[in-house]
Amino acid sequence: MQVPGQFEYQRATSVEHAIGLLDRLGDTARLVAGGHSLLPMMKLRLANFDYLIDINDLHADLGYITAEPQQIRIGAMTRHRELLESTSLKEHFPIFADAERVIADPTVRNRGTLGGSLCQADPSEDLSAVCTTLDASCVIQGSAGTRVVSMEDFHRGPYETAVGEAEMLIEVRFPLRPGGSSAYEKVERRAGDWAVVSAGAALWLRNGVISDARVGLAAVGPNTAGIPEISALLRGQEPSEELFEQAGDIAARSCEPATDTRGAEGYKRHLAKELTRRTLRKAVDRIGERAQA
Amino acid sequence: MIVNGEEVTREIEGRLLLVHFLREELGLTGTHWGCDTSNCGTCVVWLDGEPVKSCTVLAAMAGGHEVRTVEGLERNGELDPVQQGFIACHGLQCGFCTPGMMMTARALLDRDPDPSEADIREAISGQICRCTGYATIVRSVQWAAATEAAK
Ligand SMILES: Cc1cc2nc3c(=O)[nH]c(=O)nc-3n(C[C@H](O)[C@H](O)[C@H](O)COP(=O)(O)OP(=O)(O)OC[C@H]3O[C@@H](n4cnc5c(N)ncnc54)[C@H](O)[C@@H]3O)c2cc1C
Ligand code: FES
Ligand code: FES
Repeated sequence: MQVPGQFEYQRATSVEHAIGLLDRLGDTARLVAGGHSLLPMMKLRLANFDYLIDINDLHADLGYITAEPQQIRIGAMTRHRELLESTSLKEHFPIFADAERVIADPTVRNRGTLGGSLCQADPSEDLSAVCTTLDASCVIQGSAGTRVVSMEDFHRGPYETAVGEAEMLIEVRFPLRPGGSSAYEKVERRAGDWAVVSAGAALWLRNGVISDARVGLAAVGPNTAGIPEISALLRGQEPSEELFEQAGDIAARSCEPATDTRGAEGYKRHLAKELTRRTLRKAVDRIGERAQA
Repeated sequence: MIVNGEEVTREIEGRLLLVHFLREELGLTGTHWGCDTSNCGTCVVWLDGEPVKSCTVLAAMAGGHEVRTVEGLERNGELDPVQQGFIACHGLQCGFCTPGMMMTARALLDRDPDPSEADIREAISGQICRCTGYATIVRSVQWAAATEAAK
């Protein structure tokens, strides 16, 4: 039987309360959101804390998807299922539903949260790749107020983020730009498993020319990383199979996969290439479909 | 905690998992406990109306909330149509996965009274039948949907 080590359970009633508790208890305390990354680690005794601060009551305040003219704001306690079912996200960022359909399984998705996924900072976390692809920024709150950090700066390394000891992630913001669409694809060994490799793409067209494009990969390096070289290649070009082939080559070359039980390095590079091509292609197709509708 | 409509109060350790609270503290052994790693879904119960894997939820997290287990499926001495479907269509062999499967199926039918086979398979995709009886599980859920539609 797997049981976590002993700890004292506390329940936060507000963001300020949670931050106050973290401030007082220091690194002996940890927040628990959905608990679907943290509790398994605690059960294996890979993580032990004296205090666990349950923030699920904050879902009332931090569980939202709000569309504004310039951006979409999503609260940190928004659960996977809410992301999957959001009509606003389907319209603006179809990449979310693509990814959520293949993250874990429906019962896990009833619990796991956006904030927990990003703060876990697992290099295979699909939502981290989605946020990187969409150029999201993270709103972090501490006792001194809030600060906004880009995805590049948010992930410091595997399982390491910019969130300080007495801080918490409260919101993730996604800039809205016209003329774009997005897609996500993942290769997994079996339904509900973590990615062998996954890729997200977002692309914007103006008068038939790519005005911007972004690709984010998961499970092929220490961080879910964006690939600026691909953006530079695509900008100002017309979409074509040859172009996406080149983008795929860059993806395969610039990632750092390791051989493990999920697959060999070479295979993962091949997937990075193929999934980059497919998601770019699908994003362009979706822009076309929307124009026709 | 409200369990199957009844309020229960216990003093517990923070680290006690919901599955063990239900089985050991309350004696509700209908909820099974299998992989212990949130992969098999035999421990699925409802938390505020949504199926969750109770081996990955602290009992304390469910404090003040509503939990429903397989024991709470029957109403007024009558089995839920999902339970009847599992009997009618041989939805169980050893029965180990059954409580979790039935809780997920009930939640699915409450949201979507007429699910396709693909919908049913998707709903139970985080749950493992060690006897591999998926075809009859799907048929059982379809039977329940049809029976409810006929009523
Ligand atoms: C069987 C299974 C399969 C899975 N498969 C996948 C998959 O295919 N792809 C995938 O991407 N993920 C997968 N996951 C992970 C799942 O997405 C988790 O829900 C997610 O990683 C963590 O979210 P959580 O809310 O449960 O976080 P928790 O476990 O509650 O927290 C994770 C970490 O984040 C911290 N934290 C949480 N919220 C905040 C906050 N607001 N501010 C600061 N710190 C915070 C916690 O202190 C903890 O350190 C899987 C999980 C399971 C159990
Ligand atoms: S025992 Fe909970 S998922 Fe297997
Ligand atoms: S009936 Fe035996 S595990 Fe499903």
